[in-house]
This record gives sequence, structure tokens and C-alpha cells, in this order.
Amino acid sequence: MRPPAGIDGGAGDGGAGGAGGNRGAGDSATGDAVARGSGATDWETVVGLEVHCELKTQTKLFCCCKNAFGDEPNTNVCPVCLGLPGSLPVLNAFAVELAMRIGAALHCEVRPSSFHRKNYFYPDMPKDYQISQYDEPINVGGWLDLPDGSRVRIVRAHLEEDTGKTTHQGESGRIHAADYALVDYNRAGVPLVEIVSEPDIRSSAQARRYVTELRAVLVATGASDGRMEEGSLRVDANVSVRRAGTTAYGTRCEIKNLNSLRSLGRAIDYETARQIALLEATGVVDQETRHWDESGGRTIPLRSKEEAFDYRYFPEPDLVPLVPEAEWQARAAGSVGLLPSARRQRLVGLIGGAPSAHQVDQVDVVVAQGLDDLVVAAVAQGAPAELALVRAANELAADLDAALALDPGSFAQLLTMEAQGALTATQSKAVLAELIAAGGGDPAGIAAEKGFEALSQSSLAAVVREVVGANPEEWARFLAGEDKLAGFFTGQVMRATGGKADGKAIAAELRRLRR
Amino acid sequence: MTSEGADASRDDQPDSALAIAAAVRSGERTAASVVEVSLGAIAARDPELHAFLHVASDHARAAAAAIDETVRAGRDPGPLAGVPVALKDNLCTRGVPTTCASKILEGWRPPYDATVVTRLQDAGAVVVGKTNLDEFAMGSSTENSCKGPTRHPMDPTRVPGGSSGGSAAAVAAGLVPLGLGSDTGGSVRQPAALCGVVGVKPTYGVVSRYGLVAFASSLDQIGPLARSVADAAVLFEVIAGHDPLDSTSLDEPVPRVTRVLEAGVEGLRVGVCNELVEGTSPDVARRVREAAEDLAKAGALVEEVSVPEMRFGLSAYYLIAPAEASSNLARYDGVRYGLRVDAPDVAAMNTATRTAGFGAEVKRRIMLGTYALSAGYYDAYYAKAQRVRTLLIRAFERAYERLDVLLGATSPTTAFEIGERVVDPLAMYMSDVCTIPSNLSGHPAMSVPFGTGEDGLPVGVQVLAPALHEEPMFQVAAALERAAAARAAAVPGGEGRR
Repeated sequence: MRPPAGIDGGAGDGGAGGAGGNRGAGDSATGDAVARGSGATDWETVVGLEVHCELKTQTKLFCCCKNAFGDEPNTNVCPVCLGLPGSLPVLNAFAVELAMRIGAALHCEVRPSSFHRKNYFYPDMPKDYQISQYDEPINVGGWLDLPDGSRVRIVRAHLEEDTGKTTHQGESGRIHAADYALVDYNRAGVPLVEIVSEPDIRSSAQARRYVTELRAVLVATGASDGRMEEGSLRVDANVSVRRAGTTAYGTRCEIKNLNSLRSLGRAIDYETARQIALLEATGVVDQETRHWDESGGRTIPLRSKEEAFDYRYFPEPDLVPLVPEAEWQARAAGSVGLLPSARRQRLVGLIGGAPSAHQVDQVDVVVAQGLDDLVVAAVAQGAPAELALVRAANELAADLDAALALDPGSFAQLLTMEAQGALTATQSKAVLAELIAAGGGDPAGIAAEKGFEALSQSSLAAVVREVVGANPEEWARFLAGEDKLAGFFTGQVMRATGGKADGKAIAAELRRLRR
Repeated sequence: MTSEGADASRDDQPDSALAIAAAVRSGERTAASVVEVSLGAIAARDPELHAFLHVASDHARAAAAAIDETVRAGRDPGPLAGVPVALKDNLCTRGVPTTCASKILEGWRPPYDATVVTRLQDAGAVVVGKTNLDEFAMGSSTENSCKGPTRHPMDPTRVPGGSSGGSAAAVAAGLVPLGLGSDTGGSVRQPAALCGVVGVKPTYGVVSRYGLVAFASSLDQIGPLARSVADAAVLFEVIAGHDPLDSTSLDEPVPRVTRVLEAGVEGLRVGVCNELVEGTSPDVARRVREAAEDLAKAGALVEEVSVPEMRFGLSAYYLIAPAEASSNLARYDGVRYGLRVDAPDVAAMNTATRTAGFGAEVKRRIMLGTYALSAGYYDAYYAKAQRVRTLLIRAFERAYERLDVLLGATSPTTAFEIGERVVDPLAMYMSDVCTIPSNLSGHPAMSVPFGTGEDGLPVGVQVLAPALHEEPMFQVAAALERAAAARAAAVPGGEGRR
């Protein structure tokens, strides 16, 4: 089934209520609009997300095996995580601590909790049941505020163990056509916190923003390394649609196998379109679990409501109730670092006044990359905030590991030189590259070594005239309105000056000549 | 190797664990010689009894040699130095087959020792083998074993009880002085009663379950089998105590039961529990009354009590235990260890393996448990059974407000015929009606031999106590042991048939 045309179409706000009104800058129109079906009435997407976060503990949830990604298969295993007869689980206290940190960061209430067994047969689950929190989760209630100003409420964030990993071997790599399967139990028993949102999300773009922000929060708490590509964060989406302006929820489908933000967005858009088409054709969506087929760009049915497993949950008799004392809870909450929203606010505060759309993006990037402490320190040592922000977002983010070790003093000094006109932007970036490579140093000394001095206005004008004279045909087209040729002229001037010219100054000179 | 003829013929009665340990510790006997006596007795007697599924001769000889070396070096070999011990075959032993008497675990050798096994070894005990049981401890006669039944040491046409029938028979027959069993609904106490030995079910959480292959996790508890209360007491103290590998293990001081054995029962408040006498056969009921009279004569304050909630125990048990078992036994799926029956896909392989690997009683309980936990039935069955359990615990607590221990029968009858109850699961389930309440409440209970029935076969009297009150329980048990000996000495032929 293909989605009907117009699903991504920019229907704008469509005038229909429900979709979040507080959209920040930087959103593409894609998926952020109220979905429009082929009929006359608009539809609204309703999404709730279940995010599984692998906790960054040294050891697994119920045994002392190493919790590590990418090791030789079946090397981090023991009688407990292999579920050998007679073995028993013992709860990892640090996993509980991280779960409570997550709860604190998401404004949840930490409660006395317990574990249940979720029973179903699967070869990568050694005991053929999963130990998970069920009706008494450790974290209840809460919310996450997104950079766009919207709030997504959190139902719960509970502890559970991960399963092993099955790789189906065969020509297609798909389950039903596999010749055999390989199972790696290194992941079996790795601690997870499953964070369940209310169905407060109204678009694929908002879903992506939610996961992006949640990821940043999880990294900030120290609970997660945030590596979606390694499966540290895995998302299931509950998607339904309803007529815009109505309040009752439609029948939902749960979409599994969303391993990237891109998959998440595409799957929600596809599923929205599929359900709208179904409702418009038949009036009915069947509740089912569906699998996102990344290469096919579609969701395919996994099991229907009737085929849903009866997990036969019952209290795990091998574990005792988990009742963290108040002091421990407070300690966990206190060890949560500055959260992304607060860190973004700190950078915006440095700029003073309302940030531009570009600056909002830069703030996002700098915070996401963990460069905000460097920017704050550089500004404290005299660097202009806006320049520090843009250089951090663009230049430092490119070589993150080295940039994180950069001396804020050197960075501040360089930016001050640039702001004062002692270096052009291009020269400044070249010096910055050296500073990053060396972890710091004397920007003035490096600039002198490179023979950098800002080109005077008059010599720049002369070079620009020379370049224009040498390329009459391009100049004529530029005069006729072919603006993109500005780049061509800038490149030629840069080459002629050995990179000493300032890009903005060249642009200004070109504009002056064109007039 | 020393000659064993003299040792074995020194006395009609096999040596007690305490006597063996004392002799080995003093250097009077070697552990090696003791182990050879045990291995010899097993070789002579077990072909008929079938108490053992695996005799670990090499392991036992090596362990005995190490203990003798320790003694020679002047180091402390431990309180059970050189004492042979038989382990129920649902206790994990590193490198030694652990089958649970099930085809599904055939060939599996655990890579680790159960905590109780480690503690036994640390105490100097020598594991001589693994004993027969009802498959996964599900049964009351040791007939549900994939390797065939164990026979009663005094009458080969009868069952030894179960599910720890192998350990009970091995101890009763004098093949080993000590055995370990597991007690989920009476599986230590009931075979102890039927075989005429002492069997203890400790307070839930006092003995680590790490390495005990789970049947019903909230009920399972490992317990000693011995020919005397004193031997059982030593074994209890060795295996008890907090274990960080078992989250349900209690971090409490171990009751010092060996210290109270001679304390007598004067002033102890004993309640003869109606529910643990009514419904038992007349000869069993008579022994319980005699036991109560003897305690009263020894100075105990004896009264009759009723704990009516006990009547619901069996029903609650047969929902909770199978429910937990259905989950605990899911892992035997043919994927990782034990039996695998190949099939075209994984689900079919799971089914084929479990169909071939489990016996009828195990399948029956998996079905019962799966049903009890299923959506739409959970509240009516499992949740309700748990509420009954809570009621039962409260009822026990009320009784213990004015009583130190309760007294009753262990088994409603003496040992029954092989095959007699196999065809009637409910009759078999009734075998545990007197023992199940203590598993549901988590409280300790033990069975002490007290005379015989009309058939000349042993009768066990059960002593029940509040959580962590093993001391008064053993105190009363020791008094009953003395009283039984006095009665036997007074009545010609009163020791029953041999």
C-alpha cells in the first residue's frame, strides 16, 4: 500500500484545533502539519511513544556480567543472564539509581515498586520470561518540555531487562525466510528503562523532537550514551488518527523496529496515511502491532489484537519489593546534571534578547554536542557570545572530541581578535583549526606564523575589480540577476588573496560594484 | 585405602554424622574410609532401592582425600568433616549431572555449585551422589521420575514418599548419614515421615535457593534429612545463613538449633492442631496424640487448637505452585541446553522438545499454572489463591500469639503401595495436605519419627513454628525423639519392621 499523495503537503495549521500551536523555528513543513486526507475533512495524527533506554551501567541488571556493546558474542554471560536452572536474579543498585535520575529529570514521582514476569517464548530470551515492572513502576507521571514549547506528559518510566539479540541468517535476512538464526546473549539482562509517553504527540516532526530532547535528557542524567545506532535507544510508536477537532482517540497501531529518528518520522507519516486511507475507504482501522520495513518504506502487520500474546504477568517471586529510602532518592535526584532545557536557556541568556532562528539552531547543536560549557567559559573570558555560539556550532562540532578539550581562554582570545577585525573569518577559522588540534595555544602567535593580517579595504577592492575584469561573462550574468555567481567571485577573490580576504567584505564589495 | 570390614561391622546401626565428623576430626578415622563405607553400601543396596541417579565416586574420593590432607596438616576440616551427603538431583553440582529426574535435562552438567553445596564442602562434607526425585520435585512418591521409582527401604513394594524420596531412602537405609532435599509442599517432611527419618523445612529465606532448580520459587526451601534430630540440627546450621546471590535470602542470624537439643520442653506452649490430625488414618492420629501426651509429661503446656484456614491450603497451593512452575519451566525450550528434538522451525522445536522431555505430571502442572495465570482467569484463581495465602499467614500468626509450636501429623498415612495413587492425582495431592500450610506461610516445620502404624511402617509427627523460630521447633523435636525411643524400648518389637 502506498500513502496517498498530499500526506506531507504543507497544509499549514489548517485552522483545525489540536495540533500544537507553539512551533519553534527550524521545523520543516514535513509532518508538522495537520494531516490532510483525500476527503474534505482534515485528520489529526495522535502519537504516544515507548522509548527503551539501555542504562549505562558497568554490569547487567541482575548479575555481574559486563554491560558492553560490540563484544565477541556470548562472552558477557553467566548462569544468571543465561537463565540456567537454579540461577537467581539480584537487582543492580546502580541501575535503580539511574532509573531514579531519569525519573527526577522527567519530573516523575518515584514510588515503591516491584517486578513481574512477562511470560512468552522467544529464543533470545533465556528464561522465556522477561523480568519487568508492571503495575508498580518505579517512576510515575511527569513530563518533558520540548524546545518548541510543547509539553509531552510521561505516563511512567520503569525498569526491565533487555533480551538477547537474534540474527536471522538467510538470503533475505527476514524472519520467515531465514535458514537459521544466531543468538547473542551479551545483551540479555542489560538494564533498560522504558519511558512511556501519553498520546500527546501530534506529528512526526514533534515525535522526532521528543526523542531528540529525551535522548539529550537521558545523556545529561548519565543514564544513557544516547547511541541510537547501537540500539541504546529504541522506539515503539503508538499511532492513531482522528478527525481534527474531535477528542476521542482512534484505534491505534503499535509500530516496532524504529531504530533512527528518520525511521520514526517516516513510519509515523506512512502509518498516518495508511490509517486515513483505511478510515476513508472502510471506516475501520484494526488494532494491531506492525513492523516498520525501512527498505520498503512501509509498515507491515506483525500480529492482530486477537493474536496478541497473553503475557500471564505475575509478581516475580525471586525478587523482593523495591523501596528506595528517601535519602537515596534525594541523592539520585541531586546527581542529575544541568538538563538540556536549562543549558539552552543559559546560552540564550548570553546572547541577550530574543534569539534568531539560526541562533536557536546553533544553541540546539551546541547543547546537543555538549559544547555549551566551553562557550560559557569563553564568553566569561571576554569572547562575544554570538560569535562564540556560531563558531562552536559550526567549527567545533565538526571535530567534537578534540573540540571538547579546547582551552576556553585561547578560544576567547581568538574570537576577540576576529571581532576586532584583526583576523578575517576565514583566517580565524584556520587558526581555530590549529588551536583545536593542539588543544589550545596562542592565537596571535599562530596568526603571525601563518602571516595572517586582515586585508585592507582598498586592497580588497582592487583585487575584486581585477577578478571582475578577468571574468566579464560571469559578471554580466551576475548583473543580470544570477545571484549564485557571488560564490564564484568570492572563491576567485579568496584564491587571489590566499584566503586572507573576509567573505563578508567581499560580498559587500560585490554588492557595491553591482549597484 | 584402609580395610573397611571392621568399620562397617563395628555396630548394627550406621554411624551418625556427628560421630563420623568427630572421628575424622580427631584422626581416628579417615574421610576416605568413611566414603568407601558409604560407596560400598550404595553399591550393595541401591540396585534394589534406586535412591541414586548418579553416584559421584571420583568426586567423593577426591574430596575425602582433600579433607584427610587438611586433617594431617593440622587445619580445621569443618564441622561435617568426612560426612557423606546425598543431594537431591535438583541441586546444582558443578560438572556433575543435574537432571531433576527429567528427560529434558538429560546430559546437562551445571557450570556452578548451588550455595548449599558450597557450604557443605566448606564444612568438610563429602557429596557422594545425586538422588532420585519426582520430576522437578512434582510429586509425593518419587514415582514421577523419568528413571523409575525409588523403593521404600523397609518394604520394596512401597513408595518412600516424595518428592525427596531418593535422599530420604538413602538416609533411612543407612547409605549416607545425611541428605538434602527440597520442600515445596512437603517434599522433605513427607518422605522423612514415610521413611522414618528426620526432615526439616526451614523458614523461607533461611537457606539460600541459589542453585536449587526452581519448582515454585515462593514456596521452595532446601532442607536436611537425617537419622537423628542432632544430625539434622548440625546440617541445618551448616546450610543456613544469608546469601547475597538469593534476593529472598534473609539477612538474619542463623537460629542456633544445636544448642537447644537438651533443653527440654518444660513450659513450652504446644498446640495440637485439629486440622493436622483430622482426616489422617487412625494409627497416625494415635501417634500424634501419644506425642502430645509425652510432651505434656515432659512439662510442656499442651492444648488443642484449630486453625481452620489450613483447610484451604491445598487448593491455594495447587494454584500458586503450578502458576510459578509454568513460568519457571518455560526455559526448557531446547534452545540452550538439555534435550532438543529438531523440527522445521523454532516454535515447532520448542513444542516437540517439551512434549518429549516432560512427564505427565509436569505437563499437568504446567497446564494448570498456565490456565491460572491467563488473562480473564488471573483474578479468580492466582490472585484469589494469594489472598488465601495471606489469610493463612494471619491465622498462623494468631495461633502463635499464645503458642510456641504447633503439633500434628506429617502425612495422613504411612508409606503407600507403588502404583496405588499414580492413577489418581487428587489422592496423591492429598498426601501433602498436612505439610502444605507451612510452605504457604513460609514458616518452619519438621517431621520426627514417632512409632509406627498398624502396618509396622514409620509414622512422622510434625512440629511447626513461627518464622525464624527453629530453636523451639528443634527443642520439641529432640524431646519427641527421646520420647519415641523410650516408647520403643518399653514395647517389645516397637521399632517396627526391619
